[in-house]
Parts: sequence; C-alpha cells; structure tokens
Amino acid sequence: MYDVIVVGGGHAGCEASNIAAKMGMKTLLLTMNKNNIADMPCNPSIGGTAKGIIVREVDALGGLMGIVADKSHFQIKMLNNSKGPAVRSLRAQEDKRVYPKKMLEFLEKNKNLEIKEGLVEDLIVEDKEVKGVVLSDGKEIKSKTVILTTGTYTKSNILIGSENTPGGPHGEGRSNYLSDNLKKLGLNIIRLKTGTPQRIKKESIDFSKMHEEVGDDTYWTFSHDIKPQYKINEQQKCYLVYTNEKTHEIIRNHLKESAMYGGYATGVGPRYCPSIEDKIVRFADKERHQLFLEPESIYYDEWYLQGFSTSMPRNIQEEMVHSLKGLENAVITKYAYAIEYDAIDPLQIKPNLENKLVEGLFTAGQINGTSGYEEAAGQGIIAGINASLKLQNKEPLILRRDEAYIGVLIDDLVTKGITDPYRMLTSRAEFRLLLRHDNADLRLREKGYFIGTISEEQYKRLQKKKEDIKKLSEEVKKIKLDMTDEVKNIFEKNNFEVPKYSLTVENLLKRPEITFDFLKEFIKFNYDKEILEQVEINLRYGGYIEKAYKEAKKLEKIEEKQIPDDIDYSKIKNLASEARQKLSEVRPRTIAQASRISGVNPVDITVLAIYLKKEYNKNE
Amino acid sequence: MEDTICAISTSPGLGAISIIRVSGTHALDIVSKIFRGKDLKKCPSHTINYGYIYNNDEKIDEVLVSVMLAPKTYTTEDIVEINSHGGINTTNTILELLLENGCRLASPGEFTKRAFLNGRIDLTQAEAVNDLINAKTDNARKMALNNLGGKLLQSIKNLRKTIVEVMANIEVNIDYPEYEDIEVVTKDTLIPKLKSVKKKIEEILIDSKNSKLIKEGIDVAIVGKPNVGKSSILNALINEDKAIVTNIAGTTRDIVEGSITLNGFLLNFIDTAGIRETDNLVEQIGVEKSKKILQEADLVIIVLNNNEKLEQFDEELIKSVDDEKRIIFVNKSDLENLIVLKEDYIIGNTIEENGLDNLKNAIINKMHLDNILSKDMTYMSNARQISLLKQALKSIEQAILNLEKNIEVDIVEIDITNAWNFLGEITGETYQDELINTLFSNFCLGK
Repeated sequence: MYDVIVVGGGHAGCEASNIAAKMGMKTLLLTMNKNNIADMPCNPSIGGTAKGIIVREVDALGGLMGIVADKSHFQIKMLNNSKGPAVRSLRAQEDKRVYPKKMLEFLEKNKNLEIKEGLVEDLIVEDKEVKGVVLSDGKEIKSKTVILTTGTYTKSNILIGSENTPGGPHGEGRSNYLSDNLKKLGLNIIRLKTGTPQRIKKESIDFSKMHEEVGDDTYWTFSHDIKPQYKINEQQKCYLVYTNEKTHEIIRNHLKESAMYGGYATGVGPRYCPSIEDKIVRFADKERHQLFLEPESIYYDEWYLQGFSTSMPRNIQEEMVHSLKGLENAVITKYAYAIEYDAIDPLQIKPNLENKLVEGLFTAGQINGTSGYEEAAGQGIIAGINASLKLQNKEPLILRRDEAYIGVLIDDLVTKGITDPYRMLTSRAEFRLLLRHDNADLRLREKGYFIGTISEEQYKRLQKKKEDIKKLSEEVKKIKLDMTDEVKNIFEKNNFEVPKYSLTVENLLKRPEITFDFLKEFIKFNYDKEILEQVEINLRYGGYIEKAYKEAKKLEKIEEKQIPDDIDYSKIKNLASEARQKLSEVRPRTIAQASRISGVNPVDITVLAIYLKKEYNKNE
Repeated sequence: MEDTICAISTSPGLGAISIIRVSGTHALDIVSKIFRGKDLKKCPSHTINYGYIYNNDEKIDEVLVSVMLAPKTYTTEDIVEINSHGGINTTNTILELLLENGCRLASPGEFTKRAFLNGRIDLTQAEAVNDLINAKTDNARKMALNNLGGKLLQSIKNLRKTIVEVMANIEVNIDYPEYEDIEVVTKDTLIPKLKSVKKKIEEILIDSKNSKLIKEGIDVAIVGKPNVGKSSILNALINEDKAIVTNIAGTTRDIVEGSITLNGFLLNFIDTAGIRETDNLVEQIGVEKSKKILQEADLVIIVLNNNEKLEQFDEELIKSVDDEKRIIFVNKSDLENLIVLKEDYIIGNTIEENGLDNLKNAIINKMHLDNILSKDMTYMSNARQISLLKQALKSIEQAILNLEKNIEVDIVEIDITNAWNFLGEITGETYQDELINTLFSNFCLGK
C-alpha cells in the first residue's frame, strides 16, 4: 500500500513524486518508459519570461527542475535584463539527452520513491474516494492518494496532414481508456491540441546564412543552492531564420492539406503558440516570420526549428523547410506534427489541485489544461505537497496571487477555467512587481521549511540573507557620499545629474541611474551581489512595491473569508442569475476567489458576504 | 484596513443644507486637510464644530462639521459629517475635494453595509439593505450609462482602446523579448501617445465640468404671445418654492430670470425677452435669435390662452419646437374654453392654489424627474466619474514623468494600467482578459 501514486513521469510527475517522497510519503512513480522520464518532446529549453520565475519558485519550495536545468544546459540568458526587475526571467537551452538522465539520478536518490513501468487505464474509487490505480494488464496497485500527471498521453492522436495515428509524443503509446473512465466518475473531458516543429539534421544546415544568437556573458543559475556549473565561453549558439514570400506561398497553396485547415482535427489549440499556417492566415500582411534554430543536444545531430510548428503532410513540409534561407538542402529527421489529447475541466478541481468529485485524486500539468514544462512542474510540486499534507492531516499549501506565479496559475485554472491550453505570461500576474526572479526564495522558502521540503541548512542561509538585507538597508541610511569636486566630476562624466548636497546612499539609490556598481568607486559595501540587488530594488521601486503590498494586503483580508463547502447558492436571495450559475459551477473557496469569477459583480459579492454572515456566523 | 468612504447623504438640491458623510479610519485626517477652524483631531467625540472648507486658498463654504468617533457611530468607524450651506455646486465641490484627498466614493448602501458587517444593525435590517443594494445598483448601472451619453462613452472607450494597445505592445515586448520583428516600445514612441491620451482626458474633464443637468440644472424657456400669463406663471412657480437656489452667475447664460428646484433638480428660467415683447415672432425679431433660444433650452413651455382661438403665430411656435422637449400649457382654465388643439396639452391657471400642479407634473414626466433614486445616482455617478477621470489623468501624468526619468517601461506600465482601469470603472468594463485578447490578436507570436 502506497501513500501516493504518481501516474506519469513528465515534468509534473517528477516534481510531484520527488516532493511527496521528500515529505516522507511512500511514493510510487508509474511511467510507461523509464528512459523517457523528464522527456522534452517539444522545445529544448527551460524557462522563458514568467516561466523562468516558476522554475525559481519550484526550486524555492524544494523542487528539482531548477537544479537539473542548471546541470544540463549549454546556453543561458537573462531575458529582459534591460527592463525592470519584475520582468527579468532566465531561459536556458537544455540538452535533451542530459536533462532526463540527471533528473532520473535525483529521483533514484530518493529513498521513499519507487519508480516502476506501467500504463494506467483506470482508478480504483470507492465511495467517491480514490484507493489506487488499475494497469493495462488488469493489475491493481493500492494507495491512499493518486496524482495524475499524464500530460498529452490520454487518448492522444498524432496528426500529420490527413494522417491520424493514435499514440503519444516521441513514439510512445497512449492511454486508451483512462479519460473515458474519468468521465464515468463525473469529470468533464475536454479535447485540446498542441504541436511541435521539425527536427533538422545538423550537417545539412548552412549556418553561414543565418544570424547567431549567443548566451549571456554573466553567470546565472535557476537554483538558489548551487554555483554555476558551466563556462561562459563554452556555451552553444542558436540561430535566427526568417520565413519568406515563397514559404508563405507554399503554405497558402496547400492550406487545405494541413490537419487543422483540412478539418481533420477537433481539439482546441493554444492561442500563444499557433502553427505556422495559423500565423500566415491570421497575419496575412506580415512579410516574414521569425524562426529559431536550436540544438537539441550536444550528443545528437538534430536541431529544433522553433516557430515552424505545422500539421502539413510530409512532402509539403519538405518544400516549406527548403524555402528557408540556409535550409535549402536540409534533411528533416523528424516531421512536425500536431497532437490532440484529452484533458479535464480545471473548474472541477480545488485550489489544492484535488478533484472536487473524487477525494484523494490530484491532477497536475497538461491534464489540467496547461502547456509548458514549467507550468507542469509548478503544479506538480503543489500536487505532491498537498497530497502529502492531506495524509498528514495538515492544512493545504495554497499560494496566493501575490505570493507566486504558481499561485496565479492555479487560481486562474480553478477560477476561470480554460478555453485553450494555458501558458503563463507576466501579464497574467497583477502583482508581478512582487513576483520576481530575485526574490523567489524570500517569498517561498520559509513555507517550504515549515512543510518539510526545505532543509535546516537551506533555511539558515535564507535567514542570513534576510539579516544581511536588513543590515545593509540600515547602513545606506547612515552613510553619506561627500560631493567633492572629484565625485562631482565622475557624476558629470557619466552624464548623471550632480546632487547639490551630500546625499545618503539611500537617497542616491532612489535615482534611477545610480547603482551600487557605480557607487563602488567611492564607497564599498561588503555584501553578496544578491544582497546589494535586493536593497537596490527595494529603494528604487519602493513606492510601487509598497503600493502593490498594500493592494495585496487588502486582498489577503478577503482571501481569508472562507466560503463553506456546503453552501447552496440557490438559497441566496438577490443574487443575479448569472452570478448564481457561475458560483455554483466554480464553487470558490474564498470571497476573494469568488470576486475574480467573470460575471460575478461586486454587488453579488456583497450579497454573498451578508448571506454568509447571516447563515454561518450567527453566534459571533 | 477598509477604505475611508464618503457620500452626500441628503438628496441633492433639496433644502438649503446638504450633509456629506465621511466614514473610516482616515475620516478625520482627510476632512482636516480641507477644513479651517478648530483642530478636528482634538475635538471631543459627538461635537459640532464651526469653520470653513478650503480648496488650497480658495474659500469654498462656511460649514458645521460633526465629529463622531468610533465605535459609537452608525458604521462603528470614525464618522465626520459636513453640513454645507451651498447649493449643488458647492456640495459637489466639497465631495470632489474629499475624493481628491483620499476618500473613495461610497457605493450604494455601503454605510449600511459597514454598519451591518461591523455588527451595528441586526439581520432584518440587513435583509432590507440587501434589497436596497440590488435595487439601487441596477438603477445606478442604467443611470451611469445614460448619464455618460453616447458620445462621451465612445470617447472614453476609444481612449481605453488606445491605452490597451500600448499596454499590449509593452506586454509583448516583455513576454516575447526575442521577437525582433515586433515594434519595441521606447520612451520616444510612448511619450507622444501618452500625451495625446492626457490631452483627451483633460478635454473630457472640461466638458464634464459643464455637464449641464448636474451643474447648472435644466434650462426652461416659457414662450407665448403677450398677455397669455407667462410672467404670472413664472412668478407663481418661484414664489411657491421656499428654497430658492442661488441665481447662477457666470454660466454661459447671460440672464437667468429665476431658478427653482423641482424634485431636487434645478430649473433655470431663461430670458425670453426677445420673444415676449413682440406680436410677430418671425417678423420682428430675427429668425436666428428665436431659433437659438428655442434650440438651446432643455425644455420649452408654450403658453396658450384657453379663452382665445389658436392663431397662426401659436401654430408656428408649436411646430418650431420638438415634441421631445415641448410642453403646451393652456392657461386661464377658469375662463371659457375657446381653444381647439390637436396636440397634447396641459391645462391650469395661476389664480387657484394648485393651478400649476398639472404643469409641474408635466415637467417631471417630460424630464423624467420622477425617479428620485435614479436622480440621486445621476449626480453620484457623475462625481464618481469626475474623480475617476482625474485619477486616470494623474496616472498618465506619472507615467510620462517616469518615462522622462528613464524608468523601465514595465514600471511605467503600472501607471498606464491604472489609468486604463480607472477609465474602465467609468464604462463598467475592467477585465484582465481584455488585455490578453488584444495581445494575441494584434501580435503574431509562437513557437
């Protein structure tokens, strides 16, 4: 008898099983193929805007994605480095061969975690409570909780032109019956679609005709706990390619042959990740579209053609690829395809990622309607934590929207539902100034420590960091920069406005152009780079950060106002009928969540608050 | 911590005194900022204090201010009430001052809601509030829209569209930093766009200052042949009204003969001297001037004599005014009826005590003044709109300032987003997904 069974060894499943085992749960990870654990069937990169911050959050909570990514990449970049701190985010080109191997190594080190191969086709459910899983050979495995992280492998079909082949990504099989069996339990099943572009043989590419894209010349890590594992000058290059009029003509002429435009597909595809034919139809007046060529691994001779995802037949794909500059003689090693799969309606899950209809059943990743490795990992770790906390009879870990991108992600899913696969964007986070790359540990580590996913040593480091920030914040208040002629000269030389009087370092840092780096010519502060960074950010953006905290504080108050599970919305007088219907469907956990549902107006929230007070707090 | 809220708690325009109520932790702080007299923060609870309301150095009104400290108040929070002597204009100005100094305008029923949530009133009372909130708000929504008017609503919507496109462009730059084809928003491209938004908001603010119904009332022209009793009608109306609201000076009108309040609304009787002194409207005064008077009035009362047959002059007069804003009043109902009319008309006289009741009812019906509730909301939503517009303007100005200081564009966007949200509150459409939809429909992205 296991405490937790995790079904699926993708990015959600790895985090879920690792963290549950770390929290002392007897955990089983079931995968169709052990060699494909933490596989990257699409782009060879981890991170990206907003997504990179999710990786930091996973790491801050004790997850694996950050550290594995740090050990497996061959190029890393801080995106938006010239913009404000809130939108900076790491992205690394990961080696598709190294990443899964490293991940497996970490998982295998975990004493409480067992990894087995097997295809799950059904759940054992008694009295609306999950008791285990049933494998394709009929064998039953018992457990107290189950976490489904089945990705795109439920009833999936691969589409290339008019060809429609049942099967999962990477030539794997698929689960044929699981989604039907979930449907029998009352879950709404939705059909989604995504796609991946071609892989090109390295020797057949003429790189001389393309523009190079190199990594940063600064060292970075996703993880809060390790030093950089790479050398800047050993980073691999990526390349830029553009489509042209000929490419567009080929696509327009053969549009009806694609699975999407030929009517062979039924799933809903993601808006942010359209196929190349979508882009050409929707943005007909654009003369060219940007594509990237990225190596899949330094051990393979395959390159990934980012931006060229399509469901055209193979022969048309050949023509399309050959129309690109530098790829005239390209050899396609894998054709692009679209994939359709079953997912569940996230409105049927609770903010702790447990199913509303089946107790003890958790879901995370693409099965919940998201897309992306990072979004999957973020949910995976939360599902693993909450399954464990449930077994420990403890309160669930629910991150608020002002605490983490993961909080935004899950709240969006369970409150708004989805229409197409959900990708995290910085614009989805109203408190993004608080949800930064640089403060993920300050936001989340303590939580991890209290639930037992962060070690004593990690916790001590965090405390030290907090103390240092406090100390330096005090120091800058006291230390003044004397405006001697020499100092004035340097200010002038840099084209900076020269202060009229001697200012404290604190007041100097409030000027957008002044940094610790600039000041070190005059005053040295003996602190780690990350401490200087925190103090700098807190001073420069202080007004805005404070305002955001205030807003968040207000929200927190209504976030605490819980709505009882047994509430009957039909009994509340004066609720607008649209609000009544939406509230009954979503069944929000708190007043704050209720207020985010579209179609529920402030008046309805007041009516609801008054009803709650009347019905549930009579003796207060 | 809850916001400090304020609202006018008397029906606007009715009676000589209006009370503006402020409730919340910062009630005393905020009122102190605009009050000159005793130090309100040192006044004992439940006292009334004499002084003046100032807008910087401009004296606005002589007032009495009641200070009631928590918890023994209606909402159980600190409450300050300002008793103002001025008319609608003054009260409105004081309200706007409070909003500028950190108050939020109370939503309908909010004082009572707080009273309930803080345990001040019981459940039966709360149920009543519950109904009230619903009723009031539906009206408020309707009124807010009516009040905005098609043109203004459209220009605010256009402004929001401009802003959301700027935001989407910034967001795309942030979320897809490596797409070189997409225009990169810079200081140089952004400042002119924001400046044009700023200018438009300022224009709307100036227009809203002139928002007639609220600020100036309804302009009424009483017209008709000599000796049909126009003057006696006007005098009777004015004399009956015990609370004559100040004559409006400095408005666009040269002369307003008198003003009365009807159902809380201000009626301004405009000078029709040009028409009154002549027998022949068309011949003796210029066609232009008579047309202008009839056009500019919000309401035209055409007075006819019950005791005389209809003349060509009367018929022309009736024809020249739209039915929408025309009331035909047949005076001298005490005399023998000789007049014959195809159009709807009202009959009455100035001799009997209630002889003008029919006319007043007709005005109420014509101008839809019968709904006190919605009238109240018209006024409120307007003060609210002005306050929101001002906040939007402030945000845009801050964004421009930040750009000039070379602050990163994603920080600048915070203020742009605030402006967008404030304008959205006016039109009733603040919804995050709007941004994301714009993002995906305007830009071509993907892997």
